[in-house]
Amino acid sequence: MSTSLASLTIRQLQNELKTGHISPVDIVNDVIESINNKDSEVGAYLSINAEEAIKSAKDADTSKPLGGIPISIKDLINVEGQPCSCGSKILKDSYVSTYDATVIKKLKEAGAIPLGRVNMDEFAMGSSTENSGIQITKNPWDLKRIPGGSSGGSAASVANDTAIASLGSDTGGSIRQPSSFCGTVGLKPSYGRVSRYGLVAFASSLDQIGPVTKTSEDAAIILNAIAGKDPLDSTSLDSDVPNYLESMNGEIKGLRIGMPKEYFTDGINPEVLSSIHKGIETLRELGAEIIDISLPHTEFAVSTYYIIATAEASANLARFDAVRYGNRVSDPTNIIEHYRKSRAQGFGEEVKRRIILGTYVLSSGYNDAYYVKAQKVRTLIRNDFTKAFEKVDVIVSPTAPTPAFKIGEMCNDPLQMYLADIFTIAANLAGICGISTPCGFATEDADNRLPIGLQILGPALQESTILKVSDAFEKATDWHKQRP
Amino acid sequence: MQYITTIGLEVHVQLKTQSKMFCSCPVGFGDEPNKNTCPTCLGLPGALPVLNRGAIERTVLAGIMLGCETPPISKWDRKNYFYPDMPKNYQISQFDLPLCLGGGVLLYDHCYPKDAQKDIEESGKEIGLTRIHLEEDVAKSTHSSNGTSIDFNRAGTPLMEIVSEPEITSPEEAFAYLNSLRQILIYGDLSDADMEKGQMRCDVNVSVRPDSQEELGVKIELKNMNSVSAVRRALHYEISRQIRVVKEGGELVQSTRRWDDDIGETQQMRIKEDAHDYRYFPDPDLLPVKTEDVIKKMRLQVPELPHQKAKRFVRDFSVSEYDASVLSSDRDLALYFEETANESEAKKKVANWVINNVLAVLNERDLKVAQCPVSPSKLALIIKMVESGKISNNQAKEIFAVLFDNPDKDPDAIITELGFEPADSNLIESIVEEVVSNNPEKVKEIQEGNDKLINWLTGQVMKASKGKANPKIIGDLLRKKIL
Repeated sequence: MSTSLASLTIRQLQNELKTGHISPVDIVNDVIESINNKDSEVGAYLSINAEEAIKSAKDADTSKPLGGIPISIKDLINVEGQPCSCGSKILKDSYVSTYDATVIKKLKEAGAIPLGRVNMDEFAMGSSTENSGIQITKNPWDLKRIPGGSSGGSAASVANDTAIASLGSDTGGSIRQPSSFCGTVGLKPSYGRVSRYGLVAFASSLDQIGPVTKTSEDAAIILNAIAGKDPLDSTSLDSDVPNYLESMNGEIKGLRIGMPKEYFTDGINPEVLSSIHKGIETLRELGAEIIDISLPHTEFAVSTYYIIATAEASANLARFDAVRYGNRVSDPTNIIEHYRKSRAQGFGEEVKRRIILGTYVLSSGYNDAYYVKAQKVRTLIRNDFTKAFEKVDVIVSPTAPTPAFKIGEMCNDPLQMYLADIFTIAANLAGICGISTPCGFATEDADNRLPIGLQILGPALQESTILKVSDAFEKATDWHKQRP
Repeated sequence: MQYITTIGLEVHVQLKTQSKMFCSCPVGFGDEPNKNTCPTCLGLPGALPVLNRGAIERTVLAGIMLGCETPPISKWDRKNYFYPDMPKNYQISQFDLPLCLGGGVLLYDHCYPKDAQKDIEESGKEIGLTRIHLEEDVAKSTHSSNGTSIDFNRAGTPLMEIVSEPEITSPEEAFAYLNSLRQILIYGDLSDADMEKGQMRCDVNVSVRPDSQEELGVKIELKNMNSVSAVRRALHYEISRQIRVVKEGGELVQSTRRWDDDIGETQQMRIKEDAHDYRYFPDPDLLPVKTEDVIKKMRLQVPELPHQKAKRFVRDFSVSEYDASVLSSDRDLALYFEETANESEAKKKVANWVINNVLAVLNERDLKVAQCPVSPSKLALIIKMVESGKISNNQAKEIFAVLFDNPDKDPDAIITELGFEPADSNLIESIVEEVVSNNPEKVKEIQEGNDKLINWLTGQVMKASKGKANPKIIGDLLRKKIL
C-alpha cells in the first residue's frame, strides 16, 4: 500500500472498510507502526495500549459510526484501566483510571478504539505543551517549534499522521490554538454540548472536550458520537443533537460572517493577517456576506479569564494531595508538611503559579475585587456575543496572533504566553462554539512552512453552522490536505 | 455580679436518604469500609456531582416544619480546606443562598433534663434559627498507633446544618433545644438524629458577659460533644470556666475548645488567628436550584408537630395535658396511642395503659415503641374486656404480657389458658349472698348512704372467689342485693 492508512481521514477509512480491502486491525496496526516510526522525534504520545487496541479492532463492528477507528486521547480524559497523568509528575505512574469518561463510553459505543494517550500542558495549563511535567512535544512541521497547547499532543499526533483523530479539551483555546499551529481542524463545542464527566477539571465553567481531526467532516462524525445531555454532568445541556454531517453541503451563500474590529489589530503577525484576509475572501467568493462588527469588551477577556480559570483551578486541583493516589514525599513529619512537600514536588511552575493566583483572587478581602468583578465582566463579554450574533451568523478571526513559536521562546514570559490565546479565550467565557481550520502558511523567518488557522465562532449550540462554514472552506481550499 | 450566658448552636444532621448527596452510592452504616463509594464520593479526578433531589426535599420539609422562609433560588458553593477525610479538599456546601432562612425551634417542657423540668425559666420559649443549609458529609477517620484509616462510606452523605441565633441562655435550654429539634426531625422522618451514632452533631458557641455589659462577650466554640447530656455538661464546665477567668481579671480569646467527656473539661484546640479562610465560591459543577416545585410538594407532606399533636389529644381524647405531652414526645408512641384510642371508647384509659403499662414493658425489655409486638387493635380489645367487666385490670396486664411474647395469640384463648374463665355466676352470687349475710352492719351502713363500703364488700367477694370474679360485676350484684 503506497499511502499509510494512518494518513487517511475517518471518512476515507470508512470508505476503505466498506470495500472490504482493509480491516480495523489493519488500521490499528498501521497507526501503531506510524507511531513507532515517527513519534520518537515529535513526542506526542505518552503511552500506547497496543495490545488492547488490536483486540478491540478484532471485535470491531464496522457498521457503527466510528467502528474500528482508533483515536488518540488527551491525557486528562479518563479511560478505565489506563493511566491518566494529566501531563503531571504528581500523577505520573501513580494513578490509573477506574472508570470511563462519558465521552469515552460514547466513543466506545460508536465503535471507536481509544489508542494511546497524548501529551499536554500539565493539567491543561499552557499554550505550548512545554508545561508538560513528562516530556516535550514538538511541532511536526518544524521540530524546533512547539505544537501549541494545551492539547499539543492531540494536534501533533493528528498532523504527524500518528493518529486518525484525537480528543482534546479546550478551556481557553487549547483545541483551536494547537490545531492552528499544527494545521489540523480543532472544534471546541459550546459549553454543555459535550459531557465533562471524566474530564479532569482545570476550570469547570470553561472546560469543554472536542475533536482534533484532519477535516471538519471528521470533526462532525466525532461530535455526532460524543454530544448530548449526560445525567452525570449537571452542566450538560438537554438539547437535541442534530446530525452534524447533514448541514455540510458546501452551501454558504447569503450567510452573514462578522469580522470583529477588535480581533484585527496591530499585534498580529503579517503573514497570519494576510492568510486570514485571503481566507475571508474565499468565504466571500463562496457567497457569504462579510460584515464589520464590534465586540467592545474584548480587551478584558484575557484578564477576566485568568481570574475565573485560576480561581476554579485552585479548588479543582486541591484533590491532588497524594493521600490516596499520586506521588508523595516519603518523609513528612505531619500532614501539613505532607501536603506542602508532595504538591511542591509534584506540580510544575505554571500550575503552582495558577493555584496561587486562584487562591489569592478568592481569598477573603480580595474576592469582591477580583472574582466577583471578573464574573460581571464575563457577563459583559457574553452580552457582546449575543448582540453580535443578532447581526451575523458566524464570526471569523485568526485563531492565534502568530504561527507556532520556538521551543523555549516564551517560557520566561508567562504574560506573553497568555496572549497566544487572546482570540480564543472569549469563546470559552461566553460558552459559544468555535472551530479552527487551516487557511495558509507562514514562511518568513522559518526553515519550514508553519500552518495558520482560521477561527470560526458560532452562537451556543450552533455547531452545525460553524462546521458548515469550515467544511465549505475546506472544500474550496486544500490547506487542510497539506502534511509536513 | 451576675453573668449572662449567650449560647448559639450549629447542628449537623445526617439526612435519611437512600443515596448520597451527589452520587447514587447507598447511605448506610456498619458496612465494610469503603464499600459504598464511587468516583464522585471518592473525589477521583474528572468525577462530577449530581444533586440528590430527596435531600433537597427533606431540607425544605425541615424548613417548613420549623417555620423558615424558603427562598425560590438556592445555590451551591465550594468551601475550601485541606483534610484527609475530605476527598476533594473542598466541601460542597451553601454559602449565601441557603435552602432555608429564619424559623425557630419551640422548646418543649418534657425536652428539658428531667431534674430541671420543675424550674423551667421560660416555658414555651422559642429559639430563633439563622438558616438551614445542605452540604456533604466527610469521610470517617479512625486514628490508631499505626496511623489513620479513612472510611469513605460516610463521605458524601447528605448533611443538613441548622444554625441557631444566639438566644439560648443556659445549658438546660441547649439540652431542651437539641431534644426538641431531634423530636421534630424524627416527626418529619428526616433523620434518626441519634447523637451517639453521629447522625446529629453539634458545635456550640458560648460566651459570658457581666449583666451590666451590653455587647456580647468573647465567643468560644466547643466541639466533640457526643450526646445531648454531654453538651449540657460541657456548657456547665465552660460557663464556669469563662466566668472564673473574667472574675480573676483574665482575658478570654476567641477560640475553639474540645470537650473531653472522660476528664470533664474543655481544652483549647486553636485560636482565631489560625482560623481558615474557606474561600467560598459558587460551585461551577452545579446549577442553582429552583425550589418552587419542591416547596409546593413538601407543603402537602408536612406532618403534625409534637405540640400540635398534644393539643389535639387533649381536645379530642380528653387526655390530660401532661399525658398528652408524654404521648406526643415520640412519634411512634403517639401513633401507637392514637391507633389504639381510635378503636376504643375509653380514650383516657388507653392513655394510662400506654404510658404506664406498654412503656414499662418496653423499657424492661429495652425495645422501641415501633418494635412493640402487641398491635394497637389487640390492646384496644384487652382494654375493652376490662371495661365490659369481663376481666380485671390485673388479669389484663397478664394477658398483655403473654401477648407480648405470642403476639399472634387470641386474647380470648389466653383468658381460657390462664383460667380467667369468669367464675360461675351462680357461684359468685352465692358468695355475694354469703358476704352480705355475714356483714349485716356494713350492709346497714351502705343502706344509710356510705357508698364507699361497697368497695370493701367487693374486696371480700374477690378474696373468696380467689380473684376470678370481675370487680365491676361484683359491685353491680352487691348493689342489687343491698339497695
